[in-house]
Amino acid sequence: MILVQNLLVLTIVAGIAWVAYAASRDRYWRESAREMWRRRPVALVVVAIYLVIGLLDSVAWVGGTVAEDPTAAYLPRSVIDRIFKPEALKEASYSAPLADKAFYGSDALKHPGKHWLGTDILGRDVLYRTFKGVRVALLVGGLTSLVAIPLALLFGVSAGYFGKRVDDAVFFTMTVLSSVPSLLLLIALIMVLGKGAVQVCIALGVTGWVHFCRISRGEALKLREMDYVASARVLGVSDGKIIVRHILPNMAHLVIITFALSFTGMVLTETTLSYLGIGLDGSWGQMIDQARNELSRTPIIWWNIAAAATALFALVLAVNLIADGLRDVIDPRTRRERT
Amino acid sequence: MAAYLVRRISYGAVTVLGVLFLLFVLFFAVTNPDDIARKAVGERARPEVYVQWKKNHGYDKPLFLNREYAASNAKRYTDTLLFEHYRSMLTFDFGRSDADDTPIADRLLKGAGPSLSLTVPLFILDVVVAVAVGLFVAFFRETLIDRTVLVLCIFTMSVATLLYIIAGQYLIGMLLKWFPISGYSGDSSVIWRFLALPVIVGVISGFGSDVRLYRTIFIEEMGRDYVRTARAKGAGDARVMVAHVLRNALIPIITNVVIAIPFLFTGSLLLESFFGIPGLGAMTVEAIQGNDFATLRTMVYLGALLFILGQILTDVSYAIADPRVRLS
Repeated sequence: MILVQNLLVLTIVAGIAWVAYAASRDRYWRESAREMWRRRPVALVVVAIYLVIGLLDSVAWVGGTVAEDPTAAYLPRSVIDRIFKPEALKEASYSAPLADKAFYGSDALKHPGKHWLGTDILGRDVLYRTFKGVRVALLVGGLTSLVAIPLALLFGVSAGYFGKRVDDAVFFTMTVLSSVPSLLLLIALIMVLGKGAVQVCIALGVTGWVHFCRISRGEALKLREMDYVASARVLGVSDGKIIVRHILPNMAHLVIITFALSFTGMVLTETTLSYLGIGLDGSWGQMIDQARNELSRTPIIWWNIAAAATALFALVLAVNLIADGLRDVIDPRTRRERT
Repeated sequence: MAAYLVRRISYGAVTVLGVLFLLFVLFFAVTNPDDIARKAVGERARPEVYVQWKKNHGYDKPLFLNREYAASNAKRYTDTLLFEHYRSMLTFDFGRSDADDTPIADRLLKGAGPSLSLTVPLFILDVVVAVAVGLFVAFFRETLIDRTVLVLCIFTMSVATLLYIIAGQYLIGMLLKWFPISGYSGDSSVIWRFLALPVIVGVISGFGSDVRLYRTIFIEEMGRDYVRTARAKGAGDARVMVAHVLRNALIPIITNVVIAIPFLFTGSLLLESFFGIPGLGAMTVEAIQGNDFATLRTMVYLGALLFILGQILTDVSYAIADPRVRLS
């Protein structure tokens, strides 16, 4: 299990490196990347930071010793766990950010001034919990989309390109799935599959798939009629090659923009699911849900909800801004001629 | 026209059958009825109670084929969960809740009113605000105003609805004390006090994406030839924007609006349950938390049914307006 997880991290890093290498060899993508960097440097840096935290939290191994909790030494701990040492950082209950003593009563903290964002009701460090939420959010938004999009492309493009029976079947499936309001479908899927990380990701994938499949089908329908596709067909190029060479590259901008939008959509939806009690463990949605009644305490306890809300907002805003910039930079419909 | 109508409605009917099959697979084949029953009566219940519960809620039949009957007997196919599922849903005979045995139809009728009292004002205000701001921003496109509003839209789109609700309850309800934090009343003279806060929160949370959508529609219309003609005739800015652009953009706007109307009935899950409005959204949340599969199934079915109806309505009104659609 840990091996699979670490290999997955390796695959993702290798994938990013490969995409970066492939893009740098193509003039169009190289210029688009430079233009994006010029327009949205902060958003790109923010996303990169989240990505690094998420990956560091995914690399885990068993080993080392934990003085405070001997059993923890036998479980795999990630790089983030090893940096923060959550077992050692535990307090009895609430404490304000950078406080020296507990929030209720005047007991001294075990680690005065070390909790930058305070501690929650169980005395857990809030900064650590917020960091742990990064991986969950990236998992919900990114990994789910990465699995759903290729499947949607496969079905959408073949429906749009081949038409006839294939199109009828895919279109009917799409109509049925999109007839159910997406939040209700999501809830029904999770209720039926059971609560848990994998189930939530599958449910999000199924609902996100429909939307993406419709877009790629429409685009393939349009591209099929293009002159360069017709001439390729006349020259005897096979269907598979036409799709790979002529259809898919012309949909790349659409894939990237939709990926960014579905990412933010899924991360935001997860908070709703957390409120309904069917979200992912350790997500920011869950932190917000657990902290929502703390605002009505006097004196007010704000750091739990503020930390989770800020982390969530920063990630979603950065990705939204990137998606918006991408629309200007790589979408041929809105792209302006560069000088 | 009649041929188009028949074709469109029959495709809608087939879609309903497809949705029902999807629900059947999800709620009867993927989740085992035995699990639903065990959750409802508790792990330690005696076997008789368990069997009786399954019988009362109609979960005691085989899925596709009832082998108790001979192959020639029609009951071999009709006395099954699949057939019973289609029959009950298509005749709106929803049966009883898995959680507390109340008839689901009663709860639907009781919840529809409160849901509509929240969703209708929210919906109208939402559309009016978004269209007005969208038109305003489209007029000032590529200026500082436009860019500011667009960035604001992206900011508001990046906040989770849950946070809007919590912030609204805290700021407006607790600190400013303008409106009650939550609650509901059937009395029409005080009801607005309870609905004000959820409506405000709802409008703000939908603001960003709606304004962007309408702005795109308006900008597309503003590039058309008739706008140039109107300007050449000497029509003023206000006249061009309202009498020409807004009027012509009404068709895409109405498409977006009509498709949303059916969902007014199903209410809003988060707003209702947070603000204590006893509507269908709150009922769905209760069903989720109480493992009430029968109610959940019904709500999903109704949501899909209303969506399909809305789509047929949109397509038909489109076909009336544009002859090209019905001839293709």
